[in-house]
Amino acid sequence: MQDASDAASDLGPILELDGLTVALPKGGDRRNAIDSVSFGVGRGEIVCVVGESGSGKSVTAQAVMGLLPKGQLALTGGSIKLEGREIANISQPELRKLRGQRMSMIFQEPMTALNPVERVGEQIGEVLEIHTPLSAAERRQKVLDIMAAVHLPDPASMIDAFPHQLSGGQRQRVMIAAALVLDPVLLIADEPTTALDVTTQAQILKLIAEMQARRGTGVLFITHDFGVVAEIAHRVVVMQHGRVVEIGSRDEIITRPREPYTQMLIRSVPSLHPPDRKPNASTVALSTDKLCKTYASGGFLAGKRRVVKAAADVTIDVRRGETVGIVGESGSGKTTVARCIARLIQPTSGTIRIGDIDVATLPERRLRPHRKHVQIVFQDPYRSLNPRRTVGASIIEGPVNFGLSTDDAMRRAKDLMQLVGLQPDALDRFPHQFSGGQRQRIAIARALAMEPKLLIADEAVSALDVSVQAQVLALLDDVRVRFDLAVLFITHDLRVAAQICDRIAVMQNGVVVEAGPTMEIFASPKHPYTHALFAAAPGRGVRFGEGLKAVS
Amino acid sequence: MAVADATPVRPRVSAFRQLARSTSVLIGGFIVAVMVTIAALAPWLGTRDPAEVNPSVRNKLPGYEATIRDDEGKKVPVSYRLGTDSLGRDIYSRVVYGARVSLIVGLTVSLISISIGLLIGLVAGYIRWLDGIIMRFMDGLMAIPAILLAIGLVSVFRAGIFAVVLAIVVPEVPRVVRLVRSIVLSIREEPYVESAITVGTPTPLLIFRHVLPNTVAPLIVQGTFICAAAILIEAILSFLGIGIPPEIPTWGNIMAEGRTLFRVFPHNILYPGLFLAVTVLGVNMLGDGLRDVLDPKMERRG
Amino acid sequence: MSAYILRRLLAAIPVMAIVAVLVFLMLRLTPSDPAAIIAGDFANDQQIAEIRSKLGLDQPILTQFLIWIGNMFQGDFGESFFYKKQVAQLIVERVEPTISLSLLAIVLTVSIAVPLGTLAAYKQGSWIDRFVMGFSVIGFSVPVFVVGYLLIYLLAVKLDWFPVQGYQYLSDGFAGWLHRLILPSLTLSIVFVALIARMTRTSVLEVLHEDYIRTARAKGQSELKVLVRHALANAAVPILTVIGLTFATLIGGVVVTESVYTLPGLGLLTVDAVLARDYPTIQAVILLFSLAYVLVNLLVDVAYTLFDPRIRY
Repeated sequence: MQDASDAASDLGPILELDGLTVALPKGGDRRNAIDSVSFGVGRGEIVCVVGESGSGKSVTAQAVMGLLPKGQLALTGGSIKLEGREIANISQPELRKLRGQRMSMIFQEPMTALNPVERVGEQIGEVLEIHTPLSAAERRQKVLDIMAAVHLPDPASMIDAFPHQLSGGQRQRVMIAAALVLDPVLLIADEPTTALDVTTQAQILKLIAEMQARRGTGVLFITHDFGVVAEIAHRVVVMQHGRVVEIGSRDEIITRPREPYTQMLIRSVPSLHPPDRKPNASTVALSTDKLCKTYASGGFLAGKRRVVKAAADVTIDVRRGETVGIVGESGSGKTTVARCIARLIQPTSGTIRIGDIDVATLPERRLRPHRKHVQIVFQDPYRSLNPRRTVGASIIEGPVNFGLSTDDAMRRAKDLMQLVGLQPDALDRFPHQFSGGQRQRIAIARALAMEPKLLIADEAVSALDVSVQAQVLALLDDVRVRFDLAVLFITHDLRVAAQICDRIAVMQNGVVVEAGPTMEIFASPKHPYTHALFAAAPGRGVRFGEGLKAVS
Repeated sequence: MAVADATPVRPRVSAFRQLARSTSVLIGGFIVAVMVTIAALAPWLGTRDPAEVNPSVRNKLPGYEATIRDDEGKKVPVSYRLGTDSLGRDIYSRVVYGARVSLIVGLTVSLISISIGLLIGLVAGYIRWLDGIIMRFMDGLMAIPAILLAIGLVSVFRAGIFAVVLAIVVPEVPRVVRLVRSIVLSIREEPYVESAITVGTPTPLLIFRHVLPNTVAPLIVQGTFICAAAILIEAILSFLGIGIPPEIPTWGNIMAEGRTLFRVFPHNILYPGLFLAVTVLGVNMLGDGLRDVLDPKMERRG
Repeated sequence: MSAYILRRLLAAIPVMAIVAVLVFLMLRLTPSDPAAIIAGDFANDQQIAEIRSKLGLDQPILTQFLIWIGNMFQGDFGESFFYKKQVAQLIVERVEPTISLSLLAIVLTVSIAVPLGTLAAYKQGSWIDRFVMGFSVIGFSVPVFVVGYLLIYLLAVKLDWFPVQGYQYLSDGFAGWLHRLILPSLTLSIVFVALIARMTRTSVLEVLHEDYIRTARAKGQSELKVLVRHALANAAVPILTVIGLTFATLIGGVVVTESVYTLPGLGLLTVDAVLARDYPTIQAVILLFSLAYVLVNLLVDVAYTLFDPRIRY
């Protein structure tokens, strides 16, 4: 065990975990969800618990709050000390007195973490109602104060708003206000910014840091994102398979990790500095011209007719052997563009040229012969393969549609399985027998089986853990070179874009605000939005694994 | 949220095994199996002709023993295990034969409603311009309470099993259409279906290969519930005297016949009522168990 | 909010129009000739033809439909073949028992089913949950008339606590009215307690898995308040929806219950009308019940706005 960092050593820990163990129900893939977890959080210290999915980081947070799901997970050993007091096995009523008052928690999904049918002011005030004898008027005043403190605009009117009237970032501020209104000594934040856009994330991270510094709160911050760790942590706890792998100060972990697992994780974090890439001069595989997609809503009886421009005048081209990225936050229209090009939806106007043919307005019957040229890999590996069909059947479906015999298609599928790094004899297995990363490889194999000119990757690595993400990115780059493939890469992740894209187009509200070679745009963004986007990228000043080169 | 690459490779427990472990399925299946056996073996279960009228043994209590003349004029002893009705018909035989009608009605209604509903539901889910028209029409049908619609329909046909089956099918179809349509609409959005579109799979094949298999489990479950509802509605119609003609032995008819003398001879209603309730219970339990295993997200319709 | 209500109201109109067309067609395209039924068994062709023209049955079908609809808007539902009086008057005479029975059954159902379902959801897997689930399967498997006769046999025949059959009008005294309605409404509500308790359980169970329930617990809120203030408040909309939808089943139950207890309501009227092939009455009653069903669900839609602030447009 490493001692607490400089920020907290003199003040003593407010939270101490010692040998904390939580059992999984019988029949799970391992015995304990977390096993002998020991670390501490000092007063005014931010401790990040970082790990991939299944590492047990969230279970640790739930165990501290006494919020383990009943009947599924149970504390089986170890101690939890809050301000020196043992709370591992105290009664629920006593625990309830501590929750909201001495320790509080904020969650990943601000969209669902607030009661949708109650005004936000009442939800913040609920904490005061439970733990203090304050009158309704006093409570309202305190709620207004804390709402102002978390920088919610116009608290006097927002206090009576319902959650659906607030943006995601505002809702997370409401959650933080409710968590901090009684000045707890410990704040547990479970992936509080994961569901937010990068610019909003930056604001919320700033707010958490500001609030904890001003109030001296200790923060236990759960995250999977090393950018966020670099941004906010004083100290870092790395977890894997329910165990603590390494504990150290932020700089130690990020630049000089000792354990091989941590080193692997750190190396997998894509750098925000794009490598130098040669300009590409081969033939154009895809070009769109003034591509538009508008949705009309409302109209008849539903009040004013609104027209939403999901994509407006998008002009992009992708050459063979080149990866072009479309980067943007949610609602920017990047996925709409991808779906138009794959003709899963019909564009309102504009052209989409694949080779010599404009496929933008072809009716389905005439489009079908051209479908093989454009293939798409989706975000969610668990939904992109038909669970009822073998992997082989999924891969050969397309080639067989286009007249290849089943035997020839199977032969091609075997080759492709090898190519994407899977066993060819796994073709007769079903998707549920593969992990997320493996499924994404299969999805790539399925796309390649069509021998497309253009491969669209729609957030294809966003659902994957960082180590797996690195492998899939390498695979995508490999097939691009091998097949001289044009790749259109849709992502919200600037780090990923920096590493894989030759050129990028930045989208906002349906419009491409800036486009050019990745190097140039990262080095000197011209549009204010691009500027803001880059400024918000967490951990941008940090070079991950700087001290590692010597090690490996 | 990140997704682990280290996801353990978990073999799926086969649906069959899960079914064999579900108490609801076992009890429900057992009841249904017993009822099917009774219906199939009705002539060999010590029954008499269920339509045979005998004025000399009217309104007898269960366990009544009598000596009557058979077709050839010989005197034979007969035991009326569950008594007789006001026409002297043997209630035991009528109840046993009644199982046939109930089960046939339940099965045919669910098969026909599911087939028609599946077809219309697929059309509504896939042909956009027809969707609005079909669904408005279905809304209209659903706005007429099922039993009233059935009552209205039987009143326009000549009474008979076919009329009753049709009268029960019509109100059930819109519910199946809705179910199938909602499945189609949600499956259409699945990335694996979109992938199939991009690899050029023609629409009929797409529906057959990727969409239809997803409707099987919910439709089996729904079919079971329709079967239970059909058995109930048939009994209600017959009980009200507007269902299957009274000479055909059905549980509803036996009870309808027993209404007038209920205070003195409650067994005329209680025995067929018991069979009816147990059968419907069995089918419902089977449906509940099937739903829990095959289609956990679905809920019983209102 | 008023725009929302207006929209729901306007959406109900085409539904009712389709219902009207269906009901009209259903009973007009019958193989049996209403005129022949009215004329009776001994009428000759001439007499039947006269009746046909008097009823307008010799007009084209579209004209017949328009006349029928037009008359209904003026409150004229035609004359009953069987009772030989205006259907509208017949309905007015028969409506009280039906409304009394339905209202009492709904009140009984909701006050039993909602607490029961909530408790079952909260104590998922406990004996009370199993009891509620078991009761609900049995509840909607035993037909209404079997329940009715069982209750009559036990509570009216054996124990003599209640009258076996019949109805007393409210104007003749509240106590007698209630006394005669207790058994019928209890009979009718058993199925609905089963249905609604189960749906309440499902809705509350679903809500209990929501993130905001976890938030409330993280604030240190007590379990009772978590259940009422957060879970039940959010489950209200699905529960209301189910109550609205089961209203159709309730109407079916009313028909049977009135028949079992010989309550002189619209349900009994329907059955008698079907037995007598009294088509004008059948049409009017089906239409009326469907209208009631659509209106109840319209009310439910409007009630959503009280429970869920997100429904505003």
